[in-house]
Amino acid sequence: MSKVRVLVGTRKGAFILTSDEKREDWKIDGPHFGGWEIYHATGTPADPDRLYVSQSTGWFGQLIQRSNDGGKTWEAMGNEFAYDGVPGTHKWYDGTQHPWEFKRVWHLEPSRTDPDTLYAGVEDAALFRTSDGAKTWQELPGLRNVKGDLWQPGAGGMCLHNIIISPDDPNRMYVAISAAGAFRTDDAGKTWRPATHGLKSSGELPDAEAEVGHCVHSIAMHPSRPEVLFMQKHWDVMRSDDCGDSWHEVSGNLPSDFGFPIAVHAHEPETIYVVPIKSDSEHYPPDSKLRVYRSRSGGNEWEALTKGLPQSDCYVNVLRNALAVDTLDSCGIYFGTTGGQVYGSTDSGDQWSPIVRDLPAVLSVEVQVLP
Amino acid sequence: MIRIVLPAHLRTLAKLNGDLELEVKEPVTQGSILDALEAAYPMLRGTIRDYGTLERRPFIRFFACGQDLSYDPPDTPLPDAVTEGKEPFRIVGAMAGG
Repeated sequence: MSKVRVLVGTRKGAFILTSDEKREDWKIDGPHFGGWEIYHATGTPADPDRLYVSQSTGWFGQLIQRSNDGGKTWEAMGNEFAYDGVPGTHKWYDGTQHPWEFKRVWHLEPSRTDPDTLYAGVEDAALFRTSDGAKTWQELPGLRNVKGDLWQPGAGGMCLHNIIISPDDPNRMYVAISAAGAFRTDDAGKTWRPATHGLKSSGELPDAEAEVGHCVHSIAMHPSRPEVLFMQKHWDVMRSDDCGDSWHEVSGNLPSDFGFPIAVHAHEPETIYVVPIKSDSEHYPPDSKLRVYRSRSGGNEWEALTKGLPQSDCYVNVLRNALAVDTLDSCGIYFGTTGGQVYGSTDSGDQWSPIVRDLPAVLSVEVQVLP
Repeated sequence: MIRIVLPAHLRTLAKLNGDLELEVKEPVTQGSILDALEAAYPMLRGTIRDYGTLERRPFIRFFACGQDLSYDPPDTPLPDAVTEGKEPFRIVGAMAGG
């Protein structure tokens, strides 16, 4: 029987939730690194017991932890994230140029084939790579050549929070950066170009269709359809059918098209999930009802999934890295809230139940299916 | 031997149960203590001072003998009581407030 392991990053530590494939009874293990902010915890497809964690605080900075035994023991790895060469400058809040300054790692994306190879998306926005199991990190500086001097931090910081490696071509990757946009490389990160044609941000940018500056919150892809991308932008849910060359809006009948995460069903590439949030200044669900919305048509037509979720007096948020799907036959969907709940569904979202209710605010959720 | 007191999170990171004693080359300064500390416990690199500039992280403080030494240049000799091991060099996480 398979096992399921859910890796949860919170404001005050990491938690590991495990169950058999029925996903009814859960063991809660943690906190690991209690008191530290865990922006992301992830496993590696090439070695499921190899885990990596981004651990940070304002006091002591950034650490990277690695486990080779599924989270039983941990080892602090390399934590030097030095920008390549002279770091250069980006646009600051007052319109002047400001030096790039490393703050934290938001996202860790493992190679599909090598457990020692991993990408890190950081704030101030840049992409780093390790090929020695996180002992040393090197920047892929070509990304910041894409009009990096025009990137300007939003209220949440100028963070690279989303990395997708194309399953059919590891040289092709996509990244998303808050208040800078989406970018694509076809040569393993040497050169990049904006992947923003079709995005419209009339409320946030003086030029609504500018090449850079869009606040992309999350991007998702189904491995069987690598040319199709789905995006939750600051406002608007978007879709691309040409590897990010162009985008069109698929918000349809959503009660709000603001939100943070987006995910694709494990077995149905046209089934996607978002969690609508009321607005960019009111980070809680519309009508105080926590609803996951599912589209089975790749967007535009959405249905509310509410069974088992609070439908009154709910004011939590679901952050960009806090929605994940498992690969079991009956697809499991998981998300964590800023109120510390982790909800799970074992039937593609039809019904939900809390796995755990009172964790610190959840920053990230990842799931592994183990043999 | 120089006595060093670390904040709880850094003791956990360094897998230390209590306070720490380290041999530090003279002259004993903030800088030489941190050099010795990071050499003995590499996992602490970057957590007390910046990798590149070696500047103290903003929310770290250095106390000894009832004084805040945080603003002293890192090559300033430390008080005799610290160099003689009578008083500890305290590395402190600043108060969070709130």
